[in-house]
Amino acid sequence: MMHLPILPILLPFIGAVVLMFPFFNERTVAQRQIALITLLLTLVASGWLLHDSLLFGPLPYALGDWRPPFGILLLADPLAAMMLVLTSVLALGVSLYAAAGDDQAGRFFHPLFLFQLLGINGAFLTADVFNLFVFFEILLIASYSLLIHGGGRQRTQAALHYVLYNLIGSAFFLIALAILYRVFGTLNLPDMAAKVGSLPTDILPLARAGGLLLLVVFGIKAALLPMHFWLPNTYAATSVPVAALFAIMTKVGVYSMWRFHTAVFGDDAGELSLLGMNWLWPMAILTVVVGSVGILASKSLRWLAANLIAVSVGTLLLTVAMSDVKSTAAGIYYTLHSTLLSAALFLLAGLIQTQRGQAGDRFVRARPILQPRLLGILFAVIAMALVGLPPFSGFVGKVFIMQAAAENGYIWRVWPAILISGLVTLIALSRAGTTLFWRTQGLPSENDNKVAHPSQIVGISILALSAPLLVVFAGPLTEWSMLASEWLHQGVQLRDISVGNK
Amino acid sequence: MELIYAIAVGVMVTCSVFLLLRGHTFTIVLGLTLLSYAVNLFLFASGGLRLNSAAILNDGGTYADPLPQALVLTAIVIGFAMTAFALILAIRARADLGNDQVDGKAIPGDVLGDKTVSADKRANS
Repeated sequence: MMHLPILPILLPFIGAVVLMFPFFNERTVAQRQIALITLLLTLVASGWLLHDSLLFGPLPYALGDWRPPFGILLLADPLAAMMLVLTSVLALGVSLYAAAGDDQAGRFFHPLFLFQLLGINGAFLTADVFNLFVFFEILLIASYSLLIHGGGRQRTQAALHYVLYNLIGSAFFLIALAILYRVFGTLNLPDMAAKVGSLPTDILPLARAGGLLLLVVFGIKAALLPMHFWLPNTYAATSVPVAALFAIMTKVGVYSMWRFHTAVFGDDAGELSLLGMNWLWPMAILTVVVGSVGILASKSLRWLAANLIAVSVGTLLLTVAMSDVKSTAAGIYYTLHSTLLSAALFLLAGLIQTQRGQAGDRFVRARPILQPRLLGILFAVIAMALVGLPPFSGFVGKVFIMQAAAENGYIWRVWPAILISGLVTLIALSRAGTTLFWRTQGLPSENDNKVAHPSQIVGISILALSAPLLVVFAGPLTEWSMLASEWLHQGVQLRDISVGNK
Repeated sequence: MELIYAIAVGVMVTCSVFLLLRGHTFTIVLGLTLLSYAVNLFLFASGGLRLNSAAILNDGGTYADPLPQALVLTAIVIGFAMTAFALILAIRARADLGNDQVDGKAIPGDVLGDKTVSADKRANS
């Protein structure tokens, strides 16, 4: 099917537009059904895309049949397709959870959710840097509105910081784009990768400035150390399903670094090869350290989950900094694991919060949880996976990264960061679990409507099941990650891309 | 021409950075607007500055690069929408938090973020 690569962008777009018609204003159930159908279709399209891209290599899609590098090019290579499938699975779980009632806290939850998905999928698919900027803005404006979904003082304040900060980030993005266009004469990523080795020497400082500025922009999205202050407050203040969906947002930043810094400024980039990686190393390690301190200092489960995201981003950025084929593959596998399970922890925090009465998800002595067995088992699985204990996915992911580090001779930089942050996570999560589930007083509240809704349980289970499933299918998944990483490093040649029927 | 152009962009960025570093949401929004003007000019110049040339390709003559023009147009539209959103959010924050500070905490003796016209007072009148 010729138009397959654009479907993961088009489907959420159509779904979102349909859901904005006044017909759906009062019809909650119809809204949920349309949203769910759209998500399932997106999942099917993404899965199909993954299948095709693994079999036949990257699928290019030239918008309007304009020949690249002049027109905008979408490129569905295995890496992009894997991220699309990941996003669809995440969105499905989160949407099911939200359908239990969280989506009614404000208007237009589902359309905004789908618009956000459109932005994320577009950012994964595009092979044009300016188009990447446009999709960033789409996902950002949807995220601004989702962030204040439900309203409240705390959310407004968190949103203010987040919005103003990201607007400044967008301005930086445009400045970097202008510099890069001046230097390269193109904004097409494969074209830039082809040209980077043969840039005239007098223009190299400009290229370096542009590339480093873009590293800052992606660092803001990914919450790299000096730019990470927006993260914990934003994630802890917003509503639970939105925070879970935001688990993929930081990964978009990391993905953009792969696309830009690993693929364009890779080994063949001559003077500019591995641009910015000497900066990324210390910052990534410090992100892990500061995130670990944040984990220990967290006073509620949602703050803890937000800080866990910072740690996982730091770990991922270590794989970006190593920038060889195997470490990128390890990073891809770790992305799958950490996105799904951090989101699951957020959703679980939401359930725990509603069932503990006034105390919410804060780590204080409080009423027992209404459904301790169910939530306890989910918590144990998610926590063990996030810490990196066998037999769950975190273990495989971390071993994969540590192997890649050992082969590259980076043991002393990577191993301590991963192992110590794992230990800290273990301490913090076991403390959290014992407080939330065992340090109780009084009786559980007799309020039956606080029992978890079946769709909430299904939503969390879809995400939490990834912990065992990513291990069971670790063989094919690591193979696909290797393949995706090889395609990313190798890149595609523009002249191999045929356009239309001409 | 390049010198004047560069100075104009530089002055605007300087002013916007000054405004962005203030604590009031209103001045920050002003700073963002100014910054987006500067960025648009900068983006426009990335195709090279040319006088007396066609806006798009013509036979044999000199022409200006059309791509930065398209990019600037897109950037203007997006910047406009984002500024509008930031303004609405700032107004909402003013109502929710009772002051104009980015951190939501009023500073005593602060004239710009004057609390005497607070949300409840307006509601009473």
